[in-house]
Amino acid sequence: MSERSTAVRLRKPRSLAGDAWRDLRRKPIFWISLALVLLVTAMAAVPGLFTSNDPTDCALSRQHAAPSGGAVFGYDFQGCDTYARAVYGARASLLVGALSALLTGAIALVVGMLAGYFGGWVDAVLSRVIDIVLGIPLLLAAIVLLKRVAADSATVRLAAVIFVLAVLGWTTTARVVRSSVISARQQDYVAAARMLGAGNGRIMWRHILPNALAPAVVVLTIALGTFIAAEATLSFLGIGLREPTISWGIDINSGRVHMRESATPLVVPSTFLALTVLAFIMLGDAIRDAFDPKLR
Amino acid sequence: MFRFIVRRLLQMIVAFFGTTLIVYALMFAGQGDPIQALAGERPVTEAQRAYLTEKYHLDATGVGGFFYRYFDYLSNLLRGDLGESLTGRSIGEILAAAWPVTIKLALIAIAVAVIFGVTAGVLAGIRRASIFDNATLLLTLLVLGIPTIVLAPLAQYLLGVKWQLFPPTAGADPDFYALLLPGIVLGSLSLATALRLTRTSVAENLRADYVRTARSKGLPRRRVVSVHVLRNSLIPVITFLGVELGNLMSGAIITEGVFNIPGVGFNLFRGIRTEDGPLVVGIVSVLVVVYLVANLVVDILYAVLDPRIRYE
Repeated sequence: MSERSTAVRLRKPRSLAGDAWRDLRRKPIFWISLALVLLVTAMAAVPGLFTSNDPTDCALSRQHAAPSGGAVFGYDFQGCDTYARAVYGARASLLVGALSALLTGAIALVVGMLAGYFGGWVDAVLSRVIDIVLGIPLLLAAIVLLKRVAADSATVRLAAVIFVLAVLGWTTTARVVRSSVISARQQDYVAAARMLGAGNGRIMWRHILPNALAPAVVVLTIALGTFIAAEATLSFLGIGLREPTISWGIDINSGRVHMRESATPLVVPSTFLALTVLAFIMLGDAIRDAFDPKLR
Repeated sequence: MFRFIVRRLLQMIVAFFGTTLIVYALMFAGQGDPIQALAGERPVTEAQRAYLTEKYHLDATGVGGFFYRYFDYLSNLLRGDLGESLTGRSIGEILAAAWPVTIKLALIAIAVAVIFGVTAGVLAGIRRASIFDNATLLLTLLVLGIPTIVLAPLAQYLLGVKWQLFPPTAGADPDFYALLLPGIVLGSLSLATALRLTRTSVAENLRADYVRTARSKGLPRRRVVSVHVLRNSLIPVITFLGVELGNLMSGAIITEGVFNIPGVGFNLFRGIRTEDGPLVVGIVSVLVVVYLVANLVVDILYAVLDPRIRYE
């Protein structure tokens, strides 16, 4: 018997989360995407830390002007500071992404829990609803829904975009929750809780929910990235957020129109958007890989 | 098989009524002035108002009126009569001119996805955890993470304007070369997904019992991979690509808008920009139907390819 096998026997058994953490710690992609996520979050919370220029201070006399005085990437077609606009654009993106993800999570948890826990006709009906919503192309439905919002108020438009993305985007998460609820329902500890007299509500809330939460959070991290991309796409099309709200989608569209004169107003918000979306998707991807024992 | 097709058709009919009802209800229900809702923020002339009132039977009221109008809209849709856009052009004619372009573009995108995605996916699946595998995984993650509104304008700027390898915009009646760059941009997302799907299913099937049997019979590796593994691995990929073809036709809004390709997505893009409600609703309705039919065809194809599906 070698020393090694003794060591293995003596080692304290690790939980799934502990295993996943050990796995994650060694992945550079995890650290890079985590750093990017934190950076963008800081930008959204305190944009003043990253630039001292006002993104709404625009003057046509500075149209496509070269970098100067804190405007490290120069000025755009309207003579606004390209970099300051990109920094201030983080807020709308993250707000939409995070709030739609939260709303999505809430809908998905309720639907997935009901379908998975009760089964039978409840499951049959809810699963068909999921099938139908999943069959609706996101962009087309969002166009039809958002066309109805005529209001120009920034808050109303923000709420509308969040609502539309959540209403169309909850299905995948609901399926994940449903399948983890189904597998948790058959566990011994659920049977034990039931024998001890716990009601349906208590079993769902105290015993099944904690197990369904982790996979849902991972899916939602990835969904957050796709919601940010969707918001930018809708704003790019002119039906999402609108001026005076600062959004990467709006800036990419105006930068695209004038790219022959100057490309930086297109490239800078594009890079910010792509890196943010990538960071969330890679973070979710890395966590999912770490939590999925089949891949090890 | 027959029972499966019938059941699937019934499902599709329910989905058809469901989605068209949603599209229609969103168009008109609960709005103070449905005509203004269609026109968005544009002023509506008396002539347009009279046309729309007659077209959609807006003088009938109540729930009965709503369903009357809904079935009217539905029968018009099924007969291919989509009405006129606010600019007075027949939406059917606009679409008839736009479809060939969009189909060409979608086929280029699918071809790109199949040629590069499936080939690279098979290689990555065979050599799992190799440098090639890890590199393609990282690359596909990048492609999947970069939104089209970033990819399309940047590709247009770099390859079209700066280095001038491709025509930057397509314009009316585009040829194959003008559609190549937009096709690649449009197909890149499907390429990445197809690659990942192929890789996973090849890697999974390589461990299956029947592959071990084939190997122990002494078959050469080439034959095991190309006949035994590939045939089973491509089933999910074909399903995905079929659904994706439906997706690409509706997903080309950004790409066609950016590259100025006069397809269906471009007209939708313009309809949104110019606040042309009837045009947007007409195109969206048709696209939803296309999407549903594509899904149906793929499901039936799936059942033909994989007999297990029929007996679920």
